[in-house]
Amino acid sequence: MRKILAFLFFIIFCGFLFFSVYELHTFGNPPSDMDDYIISNAQNQTGANNAVTSVVFDYRGYDTLGEATVLFTAIAGVMILFRKRRET
Amino acid sequence: MNDEGLSLIVQNIVSLLFPLTLIFAFYIIIFGHVTPGGGFQGGAVGASAVVMLIVAFGAKKIHGKMSHDNMSIFESTGALIFILTGLIGLIVASTFLSNFLVGEPLFGEIPPWGSNPGILNSGGILPILNIAVGMKVIAGLSAIVLLMALTMEGKKK
Repeated sequence: MRKILAFLFFIIFCGFLFFSVYELHTFGNPPSDMDDYIISNAQNQTGANNAVTSVVFDYRGYDTLGEATVLFTAIAGVMILFRKRRET
Repeated sequence: MNDEGLSLIVQNIVSLLFPLTLIFAFYIIIFGHVTPGGGFQGGAVGASAVVMLIVAFGAKKIHGKMSHDNMSIFESTGALIFILTGLIGLIVASTFLSNFLVGEPLFGEIPPWGSNPGILNSGGILPILNIAVGMKVIAGLSAIVLLMALTMEGKKK
């Protein structure tokens, strides 16, 4: 019974995957013109040659702050887990 | 010869390679706005240099040189630099983390459009943010590995 259920859910999951692949945009035709805007304006607006860095730290800087906060939280968790236990 | 860590050959090679790896990490961080790389990637390289030291010499000896308290202070300094840069952008310009240094003498040069070798003194606030994130990642990942290695060594005895 469990194996039949697992196989059924596997078939459904594969159906969703194939459907999403079928619905993909054709290669080289992105649905928005955001990338053209960044390629033509990143060097003038941020002054950086590396457009990826200018997106990560300038256009999406707030998101990078969140990533740094995730790192901070992970370190706080590890420090709490591996702290020195006081012998009682 | 100490009982912790690896053999003398490995220790000598690691102490030769450690400064070179750190220099490579700083290069990746500082040139993050010109060439591929940035704070996260360079920080991972620098943290792997510290991990190499921990593997070769044992965690207790490294913990005597740099404790995880100093590392967490270093990491918090990086976070503070990041947030203060954003707040200065909020005060000087209009929005949080706005690039207020473009056109100024410090980090303010604008490269010509198209592919070119690039100027180091450009990028606005991007180099400052790269250095801040690099400090965070170097100190944070090293502190995680150091704490775990300390606990494992304590358990082995």
